[in-house]
Amino acid sequence: MSKIQGAFQNGKALMPFLTCGDPDLGTTAQLVRAMAEHGADLIELGIPFSDPTAVSPPIQEANLRALAGGVTTDSVLHLVRTLRQDVDIPLVFTTYANVVFSYGTERFLSACAEIGVDGLSLTDVPYEEREDFLPLCRQYGVDLIATVAPTSGSRVAAIAKEGSGFLYIISGPGRDGADGGIRNDIAALAAQAKANAAIPCVVSCGVSTPEQVAAVARHGDGMAVGSVIVKLVAEYGREAVRPVADYVRKMKQSLEGL
Amino acid sequence: MTNQAGRFGVHGGQYVPEILMNTLNELERAYNHYKNDPQFQRELTNLLQEYGGRPSRLYLAQKLTKKLGGAKIYLKREDLNHTGSHKINNVLGQALLAKKMGKGRLIAETGAGQHGVATATAAALMDMECVIFMGEEDTRRQALNVYKMRLLGAKVIPVREGTATLKDAVSQAMGEWVSRIDDTHYCLGSAVGPHPFPAMVRDFQAVISREIREQIIEKEGRLPDAVIACVGGGSNAIGSFYHFIEDREVALIGCEAAGRGVDTLETAATVNTGRLGIFHGMKSYFCQDGYGQIAPVYSISAGLDYPGVGPEHAHLYDLGRAKYVPITDDEAVEAFEVLSREEGIIPAIESSHAIAYGMRLAPQMGQDQIIVITLSGRGDKDCAAIARYRGEDIYE
Repeated sequence: MSKIQGAFQNGKALMPFLTCGDPDLGTTAQLVRAMAEHGADLIELGIPFSDPTAVSPPIQEANLRALAGGVTTDSVLHLVRTLRQDVDIPLVFTTYANVVFSYGTERFLSACAEIGVDGLSLTDVPYEEREDFLPLCRQYGVDLIATVAPTSGSRVAAIAKEGSGFLYIISGPGRDGADGGIRNDIAALAAQAKANAAIPCVVSCGVSTPEQVAAVARHGDGMAVGSVIVKLVAEYGREAVRPVADYVRKMKQSLEGL
Repeated sequence: MTNQAGRFGVHGGQYVPEILMNTLNELERAYNHYKNDPQFQRELTNLLQEYGGRPSRLYLAQKLTKKLGGAKIYLKREDLNHTGSHKINNVLGQALLAKKMGKGRLIAETGAGQHGVATATAAALMDMECVIFMGEEDTRRQALNVYKMRLLGAKVIPVREGTATLKDAVSQAMGEWVSRIDDTHYCLGSAVGPHPFPAMVRDFQAVISREIREQIIEKEGRLPDAVIACVGGGSNAIGSFYHFIEDREVALIGCEAAGRGVDTLETAATVNTGRLGIFHGMKSYFCQDGYGQIAPVYSISAGLDYPGVGPEHAHLYDLGRAKYVPITDDEAVEAFEVLSREEGIIPAIESSHAIAYGMRLAPQMGQDQIIVITLSGRGDKDCAAIARYRGEDIYE
C-alpha cells in the first residue's frame, strides 16, 4: 500500500488544493501546515503553469499570480523539502505536462522521491499518453494519479483498473468544477469507478458548502476541494491562513460520520 | 510504448484533460468515416468550388520575377478565396463534418481574425450558432474583422487572459469546448492541437498543394524547385507542402515570424528559438522559458503570433525535409509594399513573410528555376497597421 492509500484509512479523506506561491511561498508553507493541522488527510499542491487550461477561473488566476511573483519549479521543490521537516501527510503535485517534461521528467521525479512527494497528477496527460511519465513514476515510487470524468464512458474501467495512489473522479468543467453545482451524474460514475478500482476514489466537483460536501462525498472515499480555498487565498492573501484553516476544519467535520 | 495515435515522429499526440478524450475519439471516428465517404467529399468539393471559389489561381508574377532577376516566381492565390484567405478550406470541411455529427454550434479561436471570419461565414451558410474567441489585443489590431464576424452573426468574445493574443484564445476555446461538448464543435483553425486536428486540418488544406502540382505541371511541365509558405501554427504551409513531401527535389521552406529578431525576446519564431515541449494537446516545438512556461511571443502579424508549431512541421524539420527561416517585421513590411507596387496585389502581413523570403531566395537561383509562394491571404485587413508602422495614421 502506498503512503497515499494510507490517508484513506480513517473515514472519508479530505484533500484540499493550493496553488504554490499564491500569494507567496511563505504563505503557502503556513497554509500547508494549517491545513494538515486542521484535518487535511492529504494535500494537492499545484505547481503554477503559464497557460492553465481546464481549470476554474480562480485557479487560473492563482497560477498567474504565483508566476508573476517569481515562483519556479525549483522554488516549489525547495518549499516541499522544507515542509517535509514537520509535515507528514501525503503530498501530491498537480501541474501540466510541460512543467515536468521541461524540467526533465526523470530529474523531476527523482527530486519528488528525494523530498517526499507521494503523487503526481498531470491535468493534460490522459490515459493514452501516460507512457511518457508512468515508467519513471514507478521507478521513483511516485503514484501517477489517473482521472475519470463524466464523459469517460467506456474508458472508466480501464483507467480505474490501472490507477495508482488514488483515482480522481471529476465532474463539471475541468478538474475542479467551476459551475458550483453538483452534477447528478457523479453517483453513477463513482459507482462504475469504484467497481473497477483497487485504490481509493476521490471526488471533485466544485462544491463549497458542508451540506454539498456531505451529499457528494458519500460517493467516494475522499473529497477534493480546490476553487473555494483558492478563492479564500485570493481574497485574504497573506492573511488567508486563519480562514483557510477554519474552512478545512468545517469540511473535515462534515465528512466525519459519513 | 508511447501512444501512436496522431504521431509525427515524436511529435503530436493527445495531451488533453480526460474530459476531452471521448470527444476527440468521437471526432476521429467521424472524420475517418467521412474522409472516405464519396458523398461527403462531393459535398465538400462542391462547397469549395461554388462557394469558396476554388481552384485558386497559380499566378506567374512576371514583374516581381523580372525585378529580382532570378527564379520564376509563381503565387498561389489563396487570397482570392471567399473570405480572403486559405482558412475557408479548413472551415468548410470542419463545419460540414460538425453538421454531419449533429453539432449545431461552432466555436473557434482567431488571431488575425481570418479564421474567425471564415468560421462565422460557414456558420452563417450552414445555419449554425457561432462563438469566436479572440485575444483582446488582437481585437484592437484587427477591429474590421471583429465587425465582420458580428455582421455574419457570430458572437466575439475578447480574451483578456495571459498575453491576450492567439495562444490565450486557443486556451479559452478549449476550455469552452470542455464545458459544452454535447452540441459544440471546436473548429480549430490551424494544424495544431491534439490528434485528430493536425492531420484533419492538413487534409483539408492539402487542396492547396494538390492544385499547385496540377497547375505547375500544366504551365511548366515540371515540379517547382521550391515551395514557400508562412508558418504560425502552420496550416497553409502544411497544405502547400503536403503533396510535395515525397518529391525530394522540391525544397519546402516555412517562414516564421521573427518579430523584432530571433536574438530578441520579441519573436514568434518557434522552430528557430523554441524547444521540445507539450502544450495545447501536442508534443512539438514551443517558445518557452527554462521551466517550461510558455513564452509571450510577439510578431507584427497577429496570425503568426503563436508560441508553437504544428507537429507535422516539427517532424519535417527533424527529418531535414523542410527548413524554417525567420523573417522579421521589417522584412515582412517591405515585402508587403513591394508586392503591392510591383504586382498590384496587397498581401496579408502573414503571407508577406513568405514573399520576403522568396525575394531573398529568387536572385540566388537561376532563371530556369521555379519558386511557388503561397499567398495565404489578402492584406486589406493590415493596411491600417502597416500605415501606423510607417508612422502614418489613417482612418479604418
